[in-house]
Amino acid sequence: MSTFIEEIQKPEIEALRDRPNANALEHEAIYIIREVAAQFEKPVLLFSGGKDSITLVRLAQKAFWPAKIPFPLMHIDTGHNFPETIEFRDRLAEELGVELIVRNVQDSIDQGKVVEETGKYASRNMLQTTTLLDAIEEFKFDACIGGARRDEEKARAKERIFSVRDDFGQWDEKNQRPELFDMLNGEIEIGQNVRVFPISNWTELDVWSYIQKENIEIPSIYFAHKRNVFLRDGLIWSAEDDVVFRAEEEAVEEQMVRFRTVGDMSCTAAVASHADTIEKVVAEIRESKISERGARIDDKRSEAAMEKRKQQGYF
Amino acid sequence: MISAPKQQWKNVNNKVIFRSMKVLKIATAGSVDDGKSTLIGRLLYDTKSLTDDKLEAIEKTSKQKGYDYLDFSLATDGLVAEREQGITIDVAHIYFSTATKSYIIADTPGHVEYTRNMVTGASTSQAAIILIDARKGVIEQTNRHFFINNLLRVKDVIVAINKMDLVDFSEETYNKIKADFEELMGKRDYQEQKITFIPVSALKGDNVVNHSENTPWYSGQTLLEHLEELNLDDIYNTGTPRFPVQYVVRPKTDAFHDFRGFAGKVYGGELSVGDEVVVLPSMTRSKIKNIYFYDTAYQTAPRRSSVTITLEDEVNVSRGDMLVKVGDLPTIDKQLTATVSWMDSDNMTTGGKYVIQHGINKVLAKVDAIEHKINPDYSGIEENVTALQMNDIAKVHLKLNRPLFYDKFKDHRTNGSFIIIDSRTNNTAGVGFIS
Repeated sequence: MSTFIEEIQKPEIEALRDRPNANALEHEAIYIIREVAAQFEKPVLLFSGGKDSITLVRLAQKAFWPAKIPFPLMHIDTGHNFPETIEFRDRLAEELGVELIVRNVQDSIDQGKVVEETGKYASRNMLQTTTLLDAIEEFKFDACIGGARRDEEKARAKERIFSVRDDFGQWDEKNQRPELFDMLNGEIEIGQNVRVFPISNWTELDVWSYIQKENIEIPSIYFAHKRNVFLRDGLIWSAEDDVVFRAEEEAVEEQMVRFRTVGDMSCTAAVASHADTIEKVVAEIRESKISERGARIDDKRSEAAMEKRKQQGYF
Repeated sequence: MISAPKQQWKNVNNKVIFRSMKVLKIATAGSVDDGKSTLIGRLLYDTKSLTDDKLEAIEKTSKQKGYDYLDFSLATDGLVAEREQGITIDVAHIYFSTATKSYIIADTPGHVEYTRNMVTGASTSQAAIILIDARKGVIEQTNRHFFINNLLRVKDVIVAINKMDLVDFSEETYNKIKADFEELMGKRDYQEQKITFIPVSALKGDNVVNHSENTPWYSGQTLLEHLEELNLDDIYNTGTPRFPVQYVVRPKTDAFHDFRGFAGKVYGGELSVGDEVVVLPSMTRSKIKNIYFYDTAYQTAPRRSSVTITLEDEVNVSRGDMLVKVGDLPTIDKQLTATVSWMDSDNMTTGGKYVIQHGINKVLAKVDAIEHKINPDYSGIEENVTALQMNDIAKVHLKLNRPLFYDKFKDHRTNGSFIIIDSRTNNTAGVGFIS
C-alpha cells in the first residue's frame, strides 16, 4: 500500500523531486477550484472555520501558488459559533492576505427577515440560509465554493460538483445537469449562481488524513479537552455557552470531549474523547461507528431534513 | 433474519492507516428490482463500512416496513421521491474503503428513460458492475447496460448474476445466462474490454465480499476480491499527454515578478522538465522549464496531476490553449464526427446550434447532419433521422466556428470527448465521443 508515510520517510536529497503525490482526490479538487476561478466573475469561498472549509483553503492555496487565492472568503456567522473558531478564522484570513467577508444572522433577525426559533432544539442553522442568500445578492457572487461532501448525508450523495441554484437559491434535485468526465458546465443566467463542492468525493477520513499529512492547523475544539457538559437524548451538549438551551434538571458534569463538526453551537453535540492530537483523532475517526452527522441534531428532525433544507437554499 | 457472513472479511477498515490514495470509481447498472442498491448495501455491510447509526436507521425502517431481512437499499436511496417510489432516480455516490483502495460507487438507475444517468455514471468510472436477475436472465435492459459501458470504454466490467438464492444457486441457470451474455460480447465495438461473471446473492451475501458455500461449482473470485485485485495503473485509459491550460498564474509580486505559470491537469500520459512542447492553436514551440505542484518543483507531472508548468520561452498562452509534445499533435479541425448521447428534453435537430465544451475549451457548433441513430441494444441503426430525443444515441457531424484540438475517443478518453450545451437554457444537453 502506497501511503504518504513512505513519502515522508523518503530522504529529500535530490534537488528536484521526481513527481508529486498520487492523491487523486487532491488533484481533482485543485482542478475544480481552478475551474471556478476561470469560469466565474465573482466567486467566493464559504468559510465556516470548520475542518472542511479549512481544507478548501489549503487546496485553493495550492491551486494558485505562487499567486494569492484570487477570491475572498465569506463567513455566515450565526452568532452561535465557538469563540475558538472565530479567533481562528480571523487569524487565517490575515495570514493568507485574503479578504474576509462576515455577514451576521443576528442582522437578519434584527431586520425582521427571520424569526429566531425557541424551545429545546432552537437553532440558528436554518436562519443562515436567508443571510447567505442576501449576501450572495449583495456582492453579486456567481459561484460559492463550499466544503460539503457526498458522504455526509444521503441527499448530498446526489449533489453535483457544480450545482446550479436559481434566484431563490433553490436546489432542483430532479433537474440537475449531468456531469460527464471532468467537464464542468458553469454557464448560468443572471441571477443564478453555482454552488461548487471541490471535496465532494472526500470522506471524513480523507479530510482528517489530509489535515494530518499537510500539517494544517485547525481550531482547538476539534481536539479532546475538559468541558462542562450535560446529557440529553444520548448526546453530549456544552454547558459553557448560553446559546445551548439547558433545562434545570439537566445536570452539568465535567468531561473530556471534542467536537467532530464545529457548526452552530446550539445544534452541535460533543463526543466523549481523549484524542488530543491529530494522530489520535484520525485513529478515532477510523474506528468510529457513529457517522459524523450523527451528532448534528438538525438532521435528526426527520429522515428528509437535509433534502428539505437544501431545496430552500441551505448549503 | 440476517444471515451472518460466513467468513469474515479481515482486510477492512480496522487495518486502514489512512484511506488509500488509490481511488477506484465504479458504476453500477441494472434494471428496476435487480437489487443494485441491495448489492451496494451488502458491500458496505460486509466491509463494515456502515456506521452504527446508519445501521440502526436501516434496521428501524426495515422493521417498520415489515421485512424479515435488512433492506440495505435504504443505505443508498437518498431522495424522498425515491423512498416513496422505492426506486433510484438519479446518480448517487457511495464511499467505502479497504486497506488497498478507496472506492466510489456511482449508483445509476436502470430505467430505460434514464440512459443519460448511466452514461454519466460510466463516464467517470473505470469499472462497472452490470446486474442481472438470475430469474429473468439477459433482458433488453442488459443489452443497453452493456452497450453503454462498451461505448464509454469502461475497462473492467463485472457481470453480477444476482438473486442466485431464488434459483437454488443453480449452476445451469448461471451458465445459461453467461452464454447469453457472451453472445452479446461478440457484437461489441470495444473488444478489449475485460468481462468477469460472478454468481451472487446481494440479499444473502453470497460471493459479494465472502465466498459462498452455496456455489461450490464456482471457483472464481468474490466481487470484492475482484475489485481489490484491479491494478489502477492498468485500468486508467492511457494515451499521449495532453495539457489543456485552465488558468494562467501571474502573481505580480516582488518575489515572483516575471512568473507566468500555466495551471492545468495532465491527461493521457506524463510530461517532464525539458520536454519539447507545441502550444495549440498558435503552434509555437517551447520547452518545459519547471513543473510545480504547490511550492515544490518536480521532474515529472504524471497523468491526472493538477500542476503548474512554466516554459523556457516567453510565449503567449491563455486558457483553452493546449500543450502537447512535439511530434504528437492531435487532430486540429473545424469539423468532427462523433457518437452523441442526447440528454435533454429539448430535441437535438439538424441545423441546430450549440456550444461545445471540449475539456475546458468552448466553441460554437452547428449540427451538420445526423448520419444515423444507433439503437443502444445492439439491434442495429436507424437512418433518415432529423432529430434526437432524450436518451437517443446517434452518429452526428458537427461544424465548428473555431478549430478544436482533439483525438479519437478510442485513443484518448479525455481529449476525445465533449459535452453539448444548449445556450438557450445553459443545460448540458448531451455528450459526444469523437470517432
